[in-house]
Formats: sequence, structure tokens, C-alpha cells
Amino acid sequence: MLKDVSFGQYYPVKSFVHNLDPRLKILFLIGYIVAIFLAREFLALGACALVLIVAVLCARIPLGKVLRAVKGILFLVIFTAVVNLFFHSGDKVYWGGEPVLWQWKIFRITQEGIIFSAFLVLRLCLLVIGSSLLTYTTTPVALTDGIESLLSPLKLIRFPVHALALIMSIALRFIPILLDETERIMNAQKARGACIDSGNLFRRMKAIVSVLIPLLLSAIRRADELGEAMDARCYSGGNARTKYKKLRLTWRDPIAFSVLAALIAGVAVMFVFPVFPI
Amino acid sequence: MRIVAEHLSYIYNAKSPFAVKALDDVSLTVEEGEFFGLIGHTGSGESTFVQHLNGLLRLPSSLKRRKKKDGATLTVGEFDLTSKKTNFRALRRKVGMVFQYPEDQLFAETVLDEVAYGYKNFAEKRPDREETERAVREAVEAVGLDYESVKDMSPFDLSGGQKRRVAIAGVIVTKPEILVLDEPAAGLDPLGKREVMELLHRLKESWCKTVVVVSHDMDEIAENCTRVAVFSEGRVEYVLPPAELFKHTEELLRLGLDIPLTAKLVLALKERGVEIDCDYTAEDFVSKVLARGGRSC
Ligand SMILES: Nc1ncnc2c1ncn2[C@@H]1O[C@H](COP(=O)(O)OP(=O)(O)O)[C@@H](O)[C@H]1O
Ligand SMILES: [Mg+2]
Repeated sequence: MLKDVSFGQYYPVKSFVHNLDPRLKILFLIGYIVAIFLAREFLALGACALVLIVAVLCARIPLGKVLRAVKGILFLVIFTAVVNLFFHSGDKVYWGGEPVLWQWKIFRITQEGIIFSAFLVLRLCLLVIGSSLLTYTTTPVALTDGIESLLSPLKLIRFPVHALALIMSIALRFIPILLDETERIMNAQKARGACIDSGNLFRRMKAIVSVLIPLLLSAIRRADELGEAMDARCYSGGNARTKYKKLRLTWRDPIAFSVLAALIAGVAVMFVFPVFPI
Repeated sequence: MRIVAEHLSYIYNAKSPFAVKALDDVSLTVEEGEFFGLIGHTGSGESTFVQHLNGLLRLPSSLKRRKKKDGATLTVGEFDLTSKKTNFRALRRKVGMVFQYPEDQLFAETVLDEVAYGYKNFAEKRPDREETERAVREAVEAVGLDYESVKDMSPFDLSGGQKRRVAIAGVIVTKPEILVLDEPAAGLDPLGKREVMELLHRLKESWCKTVVVVSHDMDEIAENCTRVAVFSEGRVEYVLPPAELFKHTEELLRLGLDIPLTAKLVLALKERGVEIDCDYTAEDFVSKVLARGGRSC
């Protein structure tokens, strides 16, 4: 129940996208975001959308999952659309015809406003879906491995990259455990009559305290035990550590790379030489 | 109160890649006054089943809609758990539930507050101090602790076995009619285990009419239970009194379960040509063996 909401992100199927190298996937996402921001016209954004659709299809993620990512920021999308629809007052008229379609006091809808807000909404959706594709297709562990590897140059300036990655992966690993624990304790207190999701504010606060204290205790205990277990195995972080799963590039990575490189190049060209500018 | 479950199924994370079928068409009846045992290899669904008994897990609504079709029903006494209108608070007051490792849910500053928590939660109107203390004293003494010496202690300063008793006291303080315990002896030393089982026996005699217990300790099951349900992969394989159940030695071992020491001895004697027919309690075993008198093997 609780798990559905927050960390049910990774979608476990085997696919082309799942098997890409996590380091590259992170870089691809960054490149993709750059492309989206470089896109100044529908043609360029359409190219981004096309690449995204192909990626989603290759990743074998069901459409519902993909749309759920947008649902999360639905409010933001609507807000952006409405604000831009009413207040985007352009001073250029590209598409010919009457610019102001409807006006009431300061609220004004222009054709340009419609187009611009559609553009923003599309851009926002592409951004969110693209980012969620990364978490849908990459396990948290692979993600931290990738981040650690990408940040490794920072070791030169004695930045504790390994420690940072370790903290991240432990935190990620503990989220489902603590959610399980929360559910277990909540059930136990409900069985003792705690009013966790009903009743007046005071009783609810009390019920929440009865869940939080045991949860906190168990988190501290687990952290303690984990620390001791690592110590007992002489864990000493960084330097001489070898990895069980080494990240390796496969034949898939160059293919994905060329697609994305082509996209960025295309969008960059259109940035400099607009085809159908808005 | 009787517990009647029919065609109960439960799937965790239904409709997701992580779906786990935890219960598969479970039908069980527990009569009032029984000491009912649930056994099964870890992951067989006993915990999932017992969490249905006080409505912590509900029959999924899709099942409700298709109720006619697969006929999933669960009634506990007069409560119909397939209905949305059931008063779950009243149900939980009547069905006490002790989870696995119940000491993990302690939170209050003193043992008194800890045990009083459930009592106050379930009270119709705010109970006064004396009334609460009286109920807490009774519950704490029922689990075999000395009320005067522990009531002002922090529950976190107690020993493992004592914490567990306090947790159990916190559940029985409302005088539930049915007491459900999920592996109440897990993680305790042999003495602690025996004490908990003795405690259950005492509670059954004087406190709760019906006891339902999930346990992996076959000796305790053989000694205490009136009937036992064996779970395997979400299904109920047998519901039998221990005296019958432990005759199915091979099936139990195949299901990854243990058998009580008495059953092992009966088996070993059988191999040497001595047939003993007992109900697998230590007492009965010894008397049957003695009754055969002096015959050497
Ligand atoms: N909260 C949960 N979320 C997902 N799966 C669960 C959850 N609780 C139990 N399960 C799964 O359901 C099955 C039955 O579990 P459970 O009822 O706890 O068995 P038992 O008590 O016999 O060990 C197991 O396969 C377990 O992994
Ligand atoms: Mg269990």
C-alpha cells in the first residue's frame, strides 16, 4: 500500500533500455534535457517527442505507468498552461490574422498564447516522462553505481565520492525496509485501537506518535547493526575496493548514443537556424 | 465467537509485477473455545490469514463485487467482514492481535501508559484513572509480571521476555474474546518460549475464550492445540487435531515442517518394531510406552 506510492518506481522487465549502461543513461538524460531546452519550435520538440516515444516503446513500459509520471505534476502542468494562456501577450504576429481572440479585463487569449502554452505543456511533459524513464528502467543500485562512476573524477580534489555513493545506496536500500516497518507498526497500533486514519486531531497525533517512536527506534537500531556488521567485515570504503558488477558498455550503447547525438545535433541546428519559429 | 472463512484469497501488490499470491482459496472454521494452531513453512500465508481476522487486511473490493462468483466470505462472531459497514473498532476490541515481535511496537514512557493505551483507545467514554489502573493491573498480573515493581519503569528498560509480556498485556487489557498471536515465542530462549506457551495456556483458561496461534514449535502445538491447520503456499492442506495430524509425518516433512519430539520417538520405535499409538502429548506418550511394560527391543 505505502510502497505503491513512493518507491514502486523501477519497472522490472528486460528490454533494450533496461540493459543500457546506467552511466550512459544518466548522461543521455542530461543530454536529452539540454535538447528539450534548446528546442525553440514545434519541429524540434517533435523530434524530442519522437525519440522519447521510441525509447518508451523499447523500454516496454506500459502506457499507464508513463502517464502516471505526468499525473504527479498535473497541477503544475495545468497551472503553466492557464497562466501562459491568459498572460502571454506577444508583440509579434507570426501566423497572420487577428492576434487577440478573446479579452476580458487583463485576461487575454491570443493565438500566440495558445501556441506558446501548448508548447510549454509539451515541453514539461517530455521532461517529466524522460526523467521517469530513467528511474523506471534503472534499479536504484545501478543508478548509484552510475553516479559514483560519473563523479569519480572528483576524487582528484579529494571529494569523498565513494562515501557519497554508499550513503545514497544505503538510503535507497532502506526506504522499502522502513516502509514495510511502518506498515507493520501501523497495523500493530491499529490493532490496539489507534485512530490513524480517523478520529479527531488530538487522537490522531497520539496515534502517529505511537508509530513514529517505534519506527525511529528501529531505524536507529538497524543503522547501528549495519555499522557494526560493516565494521566486523573490515569495511574501509574507497580505494582498494573491487566491484562485483563492473559496468561495461555493450553493443546497445553506441546505438542509443548515435540516436541521441543525432537528436541533439538536429535540435542545435534548428536552434541556430529556426525552421518554423514560434 | 466463531470464525468462519470461506474461499479467502489475498494477493499482495495485485496488478503489479510484484504480485504475490499469499492466500489461495482458504476455508477454515474456528469454533468458540478452541486453542487453534496454524503452522506452515515461512511464507505460506499464516500471517496474512490472521491479519484478516481483525480487518487489518480486507477482502479486496473487486472480490466483493464478484462475491457471488467466488463466494469469499469471512465472519467473526456477528461481524461480517465482507461488508463495508462493519464496525471495525468494535471488532478489534473483541479480537486481540499480538503481532510477531510485539515488543517492537512499544512506545510509551512507562509500562502503565503502554498497557493503558489500548484500553483508553477502545473505551466507550474516557475511563477515569482508577478504572484504567485496575484494568492495567489485572492485565499485567495476568501475563505474570509484578505490577507494583514494573508499572513506573520504562518498557525499554525491561528484558526481552518481559517486553514481550508487556506487549501482550497491552493487547489483552481490553479482554478480547478471541486472542490471535503470530509466532509469540519467536526469538526467545527456550525458557522464555516455555513461559510464553504456559502464559497462553493460562490466558485460554481464564481470560480469552478462543486462542488462535501461529507457531513453528511442534512440541507446543502437540501439547496445547485442539486443532491445527497446515498452510502451504497459501492453501490449507489439513485441518486436524494434533493426534491425527502428526500421523502424517512424511507429508509434514515434505512441506518443510518439523514434527514433535514424541512423533520422532514413535517413528524411531516403529522402526524397531514397536508400535505406539498415542496423541503425541508427552504425558500420553510416556504412559503408553510404560503400558507396554519392560518389553525390550
Ligand atoms: N506486505 C507484504 N507485501 C508483499 N508481499 C508480502 C507482504 N507480506 C507478506 N508477503 C508475501 O506473502 C506471502 C505470505 O506471507 P506471510 O503471510 O507473512 O507468510 P508466513 O506468515 O507464513 O511466513 C509471502 O510470500 C510473503 O513474501
Ligand atoms: Mg509470519
